[in-house]
Amino acid sequence: MARPDTPAIIADGLAAAYRDRLIWRNATFTVSTGEFVAVLGPNGSGKSTLLRLLLGLLPPAAGSLQVLGQRPQRGNADIGYVPQRRNIDRDLPVRGRDFVHLGIDGSHWGVAVGNAASNHQRVDQAIRSVDARAYADRPIGRLSGGEQQRLLLAQALAGKPQMLLLDEPLASLDLRNQILIAELVAELARANGLTVLLIAHDINPLLPIVDRVLYVAHGGVAIGKPAEVITTEQLSRLYDAPIEVLHDSHGHMFVVGLEAESAHHDA
Amino acid sequence: MTPDLYLATAPYFGWDLVRVAQELFRYGFMQHAFEAGTIVALTAGVIGYFVVLRGLSFAAHALSHIGFAGATGAVLVGAVPIVGLLAFTMSAGAVMGALGQRLRGRDVTIGLVMAWSLGLGLLFTRLYKGSANLAIGILFGQIFGITSQDVAVTFVAGAVTVLLVVAVYRPLLFSTLDEEVAEAKGVPVRALSIAFMVVLAVAVSEAVQVVGVLLIFALIVAPAAIAERFTTRPSRGVLLAAILAVLFTWAGLTIAYYLPYPVGFFITTIAFWSYILARVLSVVVARRATGRVRPWREEQARHSP
Repeated sequence: MARPDTPAIIADGLAAAYRDRLIWRNATFTVSTGEFVAVLGPNGSGKSTLLRLLLGLLPPAAGSLQVLGQRPQRGNADIGYVPQRRNIDRDLPVRGRDFVHLGIDGSHWGVAVGNAASNHQRVDQAIRSVDARAYADRPIGRLSGGEQQRLLLAQALAGKPQMLLLDEPLASLDLRNQILIAELVAELARANGLTVLLIAHDINPLLPIVDRVLYVAHGGVAIGKPAEVITTEQLSRLYDAPIEVLHDSHGHMFVVGLEAESAHHDA
Repeated sequence: MTPDLYLATAPYFGWDLVRVAQELFRYGFMQHAFEAGTIVALTAGVIGYFVVLRGLSFAAHALSHIGFAGATGAVLVGAVPIVGLLAFTMSAGAVMGALGQRLRGRDVTIGLVMAWSLGLGLLFTRLYKGSANLAIGILFGQIFGITSQDVAVTFVAGAVTVLLVVAVYRPLLFSTLDEEVAEAKGVPVRALSIAFMVVLAVAVSEAVQVVGVLLIFALIVAPAAIAERFTTRPSRGVLLAAILAVLFTWAGLTIAYYLPYPVGFFITTIAFWSYILARVLSVVVARRATGRVRPWREEQARHSP
């Protein structure tokens, strides 16, 4: 258990690599308990790799990393994880509710015996908390992207975690649903005191709710308040290329000067 | 009535189910067929649910063909067919399991291995110079030639298979539905994948006695594929698949007792037409369901991109 005064994540001189290929290095940052951090950066920059390190699925190539007061370890029940989704098979004959249930006892051996009632209650509670009762009993492949995302979030919450790691939960959602899901995550995090790392492509739907952003790009990592990190100077230094950050009248930020995908802020 | 009287008449078939049962169980070979057939069907149904869910139908089918090469090879070197069958299917299963998700979409490779295995089996049969009956028996099953010792072996293999599936049920389901999260949650995804394929290999080898290498698809895939059309709850899906597999086998055995055609034909025919019927029925059911929730659907359509 992490004490409230110790940071939820402490990274010191951290580097990530797949085999010989270095992804990024020299990452030194802390994330406080209860903080909401958006992880941004271009495709392939190593955002998901950061989550894999935190989950203990990939060992650090250098430096040290502490998560919730201990070294990352696979199977940490205190971390709820929603990976990036490919499409779920439309014909998958499994209800959303069964997916959520796996979040409680999916990693236990054998078949469920005993405490079935209390587990069902926990599943119900998780489904209610993401407002998914209306469709939790339908086959999950038949639901819309936003509905699936809510149920996968419920699965992560059912394990009663202290930290949520969400990999592109807003991808392939329309703007309205992006805002709804982002607000839902923020609300749940506040209510349960969860630390959240959320990978996203576009900061704008997240601007009202994030505490800080962690930018992963060009082999390095920068962290700070959105207004501090997403600036022409900071990003130009991080990318080692001329970048310009524009603001519109609503306070939205637009990063230009990169490959097309970085300016991919479809509203 | 005495048994002697039965012998004098044609086998009884009618609405008197007790008498039908008496008729069916009159001979030792029929008793053994029902015993072994039931065990094999239960196992095939349970494991078949996961085979279909994991998208491994084709791999399972290939496994049985690899078994054919193993069984005929064993006979060639003077061993019992089941030993070669198990050795080949289990090693091939372990390799397939280690490949894990990468096995998906490898139709070409699997198909080639399958064809080559049949070719090897053909060669072994020719080299053995024995009767073609042996090969036919392995390819299409010989359910009416099962001894009480075979039944005992089948029972042990079936019990081990089902118990193993029960022992890994939840993590297996987790890694089947959501491999990445399962891995993060500490489920040994790769080990489970290998273990599952080895258990499948045992189930396939077991089932060869009843329906043979070529027709095994009917017992492993069809009941599970039908079950998945009618229930969205995994536990019910497993049970329904097992029940259907047993029913198909019983029905096939019963018909084959009265008609002079092979049992493998009846079991596969029942499985095939049940699947067709299930598809039609599930479409009808789905049509009705969408009719009922149309307003909700339309609202969804409006909000999706």
